[in-house]
Amino acid sequence: MRAFAPILLALSVPVFAQGSGPTPPLANRQLADPAQEAQAMRLMHSLRCIQCQGQSIADSDAAMAGTMRAEVRQQIAAGQKPQAIRSWMIDRYGEWVSFEPDMKGVGLLLWVAPFFIFVASIWLARGLFRRRT
Amino acid sequence: MIAEAGLAALWLAAAMALLQFVGGLTLLRGGAGQLVPLIKPAAYVQGGLCAFAFFALMWLFYVTDLSVLLVASNSHIDKPMIFKLAGTWGNHEGSMLLWVAVLSVSGAAIAFFEKRIDAKTLYATLAVQGFIALGFFAFLLFASNPFERLVPAPLEGAGLNPLLQDVGLAFHPPTLYMGYVGLSIAFSFAVGALLTNQVGPAFARAMRPWVLTAWIFLTIGIAAGSYWAYYELGWGGWWFWDPVENASLMPWLAATALLHSVSVLATRNALRAWTIMLALVAFAMSMAGTFLVRSGILTSVHAFAVDPERGAFILALMLIYTSIAFVIFALRIGTVKQGEPFQLVSREGGIVANNIFLSVILAIVLIGTLYPLAAEAMGDKISVGPPYFNKATVPVMLLLMVALLIGPMLRWRRDALMRIKYWLIGAAAILVCGGLAAWKMAPDTRLFPLLGIALSLALAVAAWLPLRGRKLLRTPLPIFGMVIAHFGIAVSVFGMAEESGFSKETLTALAPGESAEIAGWKVKLDDVKPVLGDNWVAVEGEMVASKNGDTFILRPQSRQFFKPEMQTSEAALLTRWNGQLYAVIAQPDQEGDGRWQVRLWWKPYVTFIWYGGILIALGGTISLFGRMFRRAKKPAINKWERA
Repeated sequence: MRAFAPILLALSVPVFAQGSGPTPPLANRQLADPAQEAQAMRLMHSLRCIQCQGQSIADSDAAMAGTMRAEVRQQIAAGQKPQAIRSWMIDRYGEWVSFEPDMKGVGLLLWVAPFFIFVASIWLARGLFRRRT
Repeated sequence: MIAEAGLAALWLAAAMALLQFVGGLTLLRGGAGQLVPLIKPAAYVQGGLCAFAFFALMWLFYVTDLSVLLVASNSHIDKPMIFKLAGTWGNHEGSMLLWVAVLSVSGAAIAFFEKRIDAKTLYATLAVQGFIALGFFAFLLFASNPFERLVPAPLEGAGLNPLLQDVGLAFHPPTLYMGYVGLSIAFSFAVGALLTNQVGPAFARAMRPWVLTAWIFLTIGIAAGSYWAYYELGWGGWWFWDPVENASLMPWLAATALLHSVSVLATRNALRAWTIMLALVAFAMSMAGTFLVRSGILTSVHAFAVDPERGAFILALMLIYTSIAFVIFALRIGTVKQGEPFQLVSREGGIVANNIFLSVILAIVLIGTLYPLAAEAMGDKISVGPPYFNKATVPVMLLLMVALLIGPMLRWRRDALMRIKYWLIGAAAILVCGGLAAWKMAPDTRLFPLLGIALSLALAVAAWLPLRGRKLLRTPLPIFGMVIAHFGIAVSVFGMAEESGFSKETLTALAPGESAEIAGWKVKLDDVKPVLGDNWVAVEGEMVASKNGDTFILRPQSRQFFKPEMQTSEAALLTRWNGQLYAVIAQPDQEGDGRWQVRLWWKPYVTFIWYGGILIALGGTISLFGRMFRRAKKPAINKWERA
């Protein structure tokens, strides 16, 4: 087994590297400033990896996700606001990329719905208590 | 030969389901009832035939009969035996066969064991059960025949998705299906009772064990699925609000609400219409879940089940069953008499609060899951993901926990908050102290984790208070069950809050001999070597983690599978009582300098999430056995029923 080790390792490495191209360094490295990194992390969790099946770019091994992580970290390090980076991503990849729909337009109803449902269900349940004994 | 026998068994079983349905229908329509003596035997035979068909398919996977299309496209001669067997249900056709088999065996069990409810209601229930089974038989036989042959037979088979080659697979789907099917039985009982006008405590007691069983299986299935995703996907996340996860969460939420309201109906004869409604919703959510998963209509991590045509079939089934059920509900609900009254501050009031909050969470999850579909239909392609679901549901979950601090302490029918004022003051004190302590330790923590920690600490105490003043040996087992399940909620929420508020992360690249630090741990990459598995090769990192003089060895792998080709990360987990160290080795770093990408997390108390899940399921199990035991000892007498 040991004798085959170098061969196996050589065999497996090209497969891992396949298709990923040169990955930008910030894809898999944190920013030095923890506050900035936390900000970037929160944003990355709310951006969809458009190459994957429903994962955020923070939870994906895909090359595309790595490139997008690097982009987010670079822009955060350059002092960009998360909201601006999100808009930048949406301009590039469409609204599909954002896991957090805007509170306007199509997404508005989505944010209003929980309040509406909450009030409506309390109102419906009110009838249950009316009867006094 | 075995395959053909299995298929024949399915056709015969479908005929039995039809007999069961027609027999019940003629009885309900006031017919002479010549078919009635056949209903129960039909249910037994249907159960037996379906079990046979399922084991026939399992046998085909066991011997890897590649002349069967399903085996050839999902198995491989070199696969480990456990995964060959688990492969029986690790695919569309096999999992639907499992669904139907569990449904039919449960139908037989009802026919055999259920003695408490009116005979006519039982026959109506079995007829509904037969009707549901018919739809799924049609689906199996016409759209997803598991026994289809493949000519000529291939030499080795296509293999199973590597993500599914895990012990998690052996347990996760079957447990969820048991849950879904259990809810279908609750549905059959509810419709049966509506049709025969028997919505009352006796019906609730007959339905309760099935709801409880379904709920236990769903709880275990969701917890297991969450842990599986956590260690298998390699990024440390344990809940992604993925549509398929939501598809299992929604029936669980409905079942949790139903479980509480059915208890009120069984013991207090209140909340009648509401319980029926929840039973219908719970099964509709199971069907919706099956539909979402099986159709692949929503892009998701679990999209290996994609098949739009079959999706349309299940959608049709779902619409037929739920619309018929709701029409019956609308027509018959007027005949359901009002239940016993109660006041806002009472145990019933607490359970109504539980039901409202759970229903609101359910509605939010449903809307969030389906919203992208609706938007796409109108021409907008949007995503709804974790940020939305967290913001929208967590506040309601926290309210639910507040209700849980008070509800179980209240008396049935009417009570006064003044009676439990000492506990209310105590709970407030725990909340304030717990919140402040957590905030003191980490001032930049966000609000939700802080509230989650404070509430779970208070609940960890509150959960046990219903035992106060009771003689422990004479306390009924279901009370212990409730106490343990509620304590499990506290444990689980504590884990979730700690993990989401206090996790630490280190992403780096290490050459053998170099080390990284995380949360007081020093992790040294000692060696990187290749490993050969049955159907994969991997790069394995040997890491030495040390803290306070203790050292541990971690061996994460990055695996490359051959059949089919795919790369997965096998994280290495080091479990301590207060958290887990999660280590992943990924690709070689780009500079080609012999360094490997390494991801490390310290996840405080993360295991509590699943320990809590186990406690919740354990509480349910104790309650279930307690009721069976009590029922065996003495028949329950209820003052709201005529003797």
